[in-house]
Amino acid sequence: MLLKTTKQKWLGMIAGILLTVAAICMSIVYGYTNTTWSMAMDSFIHFNGSNEHIVLQTVRLPRALIAATVGASLAIAGVIMQTLTKNPLASPDILGINAGAGFAIVLFVTFFGMSDLQHFTVVSIAGAAISALCVYVISMNGRDGLTPMKITLAGAAMAALFSSLTQGILVTNEAAFEQVLFWLAGSVAGRKMEILTSVLPYIIIGIVLSMMFSSKMNVLATGEDVAKGLGLKTGRLKLIMGLTVILLAGGAVAIAGPIGFIGMVIPHIARYCIGNDHRWLIPFSGLLGSIVLIAADILSRYILMPREIPVGVMTAIIGTPLFIYIARKGFGGNEKI
Amino acid sequence: MVNAIETKQLTLSYGDSIILKELDVEITEGEITVFIGGNGCGKSTLLRSIARLLKPMSGAVLLEGKEIAKQSTKDVAKKMAILPQSHSVPEGLTVMQLVKQGRFPYQNWLKQWTTKDEEEVLEAIRVTGLESLKDRTVDSLSGGQRQRAWIAMTLAQDTSIILLDEPTTYLDLTHQIEILDLLYKLNQTEKRTILMVLHDINLASRYAHSIIAIKNQQVYGKGKPEEVITPDLVKKVFDLDCDIVGDPIFGTPMVIPHGKGRRIK
Repeated sequence: MLLKTTKQKWLGMIAGILLTVAAICMSIVYGYTNTTWSMAMDSFIHFNGSNEHIVLQTVRLPRALIAATVGASLAIAGVIMQTLTKNPLASPDILGINAGAGFAIVLFVTFFGMSDLQHFTVVSIAGAAISALCVYVISMNGRDGLTPMKITLAGAAMAALFSSLTQGILVTNEAAFEQVLFWLAGSVAGRKMEILTSVLPYIIIGIVLSMMFSSKMNVLATGEDVAKGLGLKTGRLKLIMGLTVILLAGGAVAIAGPIGFIGMVIPHIARYCIGNDHRWLIPFSGLLGSIVLIAADILSRYILMPREIPVGVMTAIIGTPLFIYIARKGFGGNEKI
Repeated sequence: MVNAIETKQLTLSYGDSIILKELDVEITEGEITVFIGGNGCGKSTLLRSIARLLKPMSGAVLLEGKEIAKQSTKDVAKKMAILPQSHSVPEGLTVMQLVKQGRFPYQNWLKQWTTKDEEEVLEAIRVTGLESLKDRTVDSLSGGQRQRAWIAMTLAQDTSIILLDEPTTYLDLTHQIEILDLLYKLNQTEKRTILMVLHDINLASRYAHSIIAIKNQQVYGKGKPEEVITPDLVKKVFDLDCDIVGDPIFGTPMVIPHGKGRRIK
């Protein structure tokens, strides 16, 4: 833990907010179309309809805000998943939540001709919920109930099932493939502001819930039996945590498609910085998720300029080595007496 | 004598397999009571059920005369604390932070941290002798210190009853005695009712006012250790041939297993 005292943690939090704002500004200014800081300022104060101003206002601004929102949602969903399952490798993508949301969207685009943005959000969250429910029902069976290992295995199985089904639909239906390709690659580019505003209410509810229940998550983190002994209604808390993950991950997938690794890796970096207290960990992970996804998105514009790499690929390149590192380090955090 | 805890016709099961059948157990207020029995006899299951961590198949647990299932779980947590057998420590959690969790039952959306909470936490840390370690992380402590930190958390809960599931497991003899001495002191000075599961019959006999031996889904014997611990009971409950002698210092019963080994007398 880098930041030990409350004062240091507040400073860390303020630094996180400033960096997020800085990252959003950079994301607006830097890209293929040549723009400058003063041009960006101008486009806000007196918009003149020039090509650059249009790019800044309708392409870059939504893109920066979407990256910030998606990054924060996935990172917070990751923290909650890891606490809920007691598995340091847990995240919405690895536990099949993202795959379920993705499958639902592809299914509805293909067979019901869905194109309304509002519907995208609802379908995505419903898909996330169904996948989460499947994981819950499968792993609840047996004597020991919901063990971390069973949840992880069930999640991996559901992720595999839903991505195969998605691919199955796309292989047999080329028209649909064209339609969802932009979405399927996992990207924050080419989305309009409206899709963000249609998803934002769900994500805000998710973030508020995660903050409201953060001190109860601290109690749950000391173990199911200990928490019950202290008078915590663990069943109810887990349900709320599951619901929060569905809102956050489902909402993020509806906007950006499947973006991996943010949900798994960011909580670990945040924990290293600010410790295990969820009252700090959740907001700090949110900020860190925003910063990293925006940074990855800016980077993705420059690597193969003028072409762009989908940001989902960027996060995978950054995240895989970290994933292997954490997997090798093992489950040491939950050491038993 | 008042009963702190009673079970009425309590039947416990995992799925379809019954672990304990129609048990009537009484735990006297202000005493140390120890459950003993062989591996898998259900003594830990019984403790978990008394602590409302496991729902009974039938029957009831009464806490201070009232059915536990009908009380709010937070109210129960103000009367009875439980230290389960295995517990995970989140990485980086300090002793102080862990002990503070013991005040959870007294907090709600409106009422956050109070001076009373702070006092109880510091008192729990003082009683368990953790003052110098309170800012260390729990995962950096030795086994005995870690167990004391957990006990401090249950003390901060400020309950008259404390339940502990094998609090001395994985500890060396020195730390076993340290933990049991601490619990004995809490019982003697603060009149707390202590109910625990122990593996070691000799230590159980020394510290417990009352022993409850469990065998074949039933209570096989209960009472003062000096009356209950007999070669016959040890044979029936643990399937072990032994002699019982008096502890040379305390006079409490000591089990000398027959078995094999070097004989120098």
